[in-house]
Amino acid sequence: MSTLDKSDVEKIAFLARLGVDEQDMPEYASNLSKILDMVEQLNSVETDGVKPMAHPLDAVQRLRADEVTEVNDRENLQAHAPETAEGLYLVPRVVE
Amino acid sequence: MQWEVVIGLEIHVQLSTKSKIFSGASTAYGAEPNTQACTVDLGLPGVLPVFNGEALNKSVMFGLAVGAQINERSVFDRKNYFYPDSPKAYQISQLYYPIVGEGYIDIDLEDGSQKRIGVTRAHMEEDAGKSLHENFHKQTGIDLNRAGTPLLEIVSEPDMRSAKEAVAYMRKIHSIVRYLGISDGNMQEGSFRCDANVSLRPIGQEEFGTRAELKNINSFRFVEKAINVEIERQMDILESGGSVTQETRLYDSQKNETRPMRSKEEANDYRYFPDPDLLPIVISAEEIEAIRKTLPELPDAKCARFMQQLGLSEKDAKALTVDRDMADYYEQVQQAIGDAKMAANWILGDVAAINNKNGLEFKDCPVNAEQLTGLLKRIKDNTISGKIAKEVFEAMFSGEGSGSEGDADTIIDKKGLKQITDTGAIETIIDRVIADNPGQVAEFQSGKDKLIGFFVGQVMKASKGKANPGQVNQLLQKKLRS
Repeated sequence: MSTLDKSDVEKIAFLARLGVDEQDMPEYASNLSKILDMVEQLNSVETDGVKPMAHPLDAVQRLRADEVTEVNDRENLQAHAPETAEGLYLVPRVVE
Repeated sequence: MQWEVVIGLEIHVQLSTKSKIFSGASTAYGAEPNTQACTVDLGLPGVLPVFNGEALNKSVMFGLAVGAQINERSVFDRKNYFYPDSPKAYQISQLYYPIVGEGYIDIDLEDGSQKRIGVTRAHMEEDAGKSLHENFHKQTGIDLNRAGTPLLEIVSEPDMRSAKEAVAYMRKIHSIVRYLGISDGNMQEGSFRCDANVSLRPIGQEEFGTRAELKNINSFRFVEKAINVEIERQMDILESGGSVTQETRLYDSQKNETRPMRSKEEANDYRYFPDPDLLPIVISAEEIEAIRKTLPELPDAKCARFMQQLGLSEKDAKALTVDRDMADYYEQVQQAIGDAKMAANWILGDVAAINNKNGLEFKDCPVNAEQLTGLLKRIKDNTISGKIAKEVFEAMFSGEGSGSEGDADTIIDKKGLKQITDTGAIETIIDRVIADNPGQVAEFQSGKDKLIGFFVGQVMKASKGKANPGQVNQLLQKKLRS
């Protein structure tokens, strides 16, 4: 039985950069806990000897040849950005 | 209390592919910002990564070179974090099933012994873009040209016990990736970067102490300094009864100190999971063997061969084989003149010295192997002395000649440097020197043998260095003793 509390929801929301209203916290906590419970049922399955699955398709990655196929499309791409200068995308200041 | 230093390194090597690891954008260094950042690199909605097979080849080459297990099945995972130079808000990396498993390299210690350092693993991942914090009022500029450049992250075991060992390990890995041709290894351009995990523990204690991670150290010299200054910091804390905090620290080369990076409150919760956009990477045993056949001779093997085949000392053979460009240059000259020792002396001596003085890498040396060959041939056939050869070499270094083997002859002719081997001409000079220095002649003849050096010097000076020193010596002895 996994039970998430409000602080877990706050942390998960922060990591995903999602805003969650205070009043919705209990509902999120309850719903997320139920999801965990559902997933937890897997623990009752015998998995010895089962190879971990990385992808539901039973296929392997195709390899691309190492060739430059893209051309400079900066003007077009930057037309969609909120702000640019000197060829750079501008974002609110981040400082280490 | 006696402390033991424990160091492990994570080295990020940019793989020298033409295009990015998951897109067809160019990886060329130095382009105008964002001119090599396509929709995949920008993480626009709906785009899908397509894996570059060359990144796999190059990673496998590294694994084979360090005697590692190559995992026939490896998987890409998403490492989730928010930072504007990573527009998808995750980095594609390999956590659970890396391409390269456990391997090792041997490093040389100062006392001449060797030490084996374990490589824990190496995995493929994509590089992030660059953030520029200057020049933009309350804003940061983002250049995504580097985003998506293929990296191989090489993780060592915590096997190193001093900053010097860490540097030796880093140099060896650098040498190997350059030999393999899987990276240009250019540290200024960020193609070869290092993070160091440093901790201390009381000698004899099995358990590791708490470590600090030093980020992004971009030169061999700074690795050593950064680790040493961090060791001192931790020792001060522990000696005064405190405890080290586990954190990420930045090395400030100007102040020669490390300081904590402003820690993000929720740091290190990356919530890795397999990337659903990418299928498992599978490589067969046959394909791995085919790659093994493409491996060049590596530094250790080349060093052993230089010692056995060419009779070089261990010291010379090691020095010549660290840098592949230098080793290739040496072999070309050596084969052309058929004198292993002479070629080694020149390349490790004059050529290396002038390169160092001018801050040049061996591959950028303005005197090429043909030119040096032409020069050394003229020493061997007594056209010029070793001393005059240095003058010719310097002329070549400063750009005289056309880059061909004939340059030495051209310069010798033009400057009139040809050695005087005509006995009559040398005797004339000797007679004059003897006549000019009666006092020294008398001293010599009364038993002061060491004065021969004085006479040789005088004759060489009078001939402007062009007289053959062997002949001068012989003729002087004869004349002075007669």
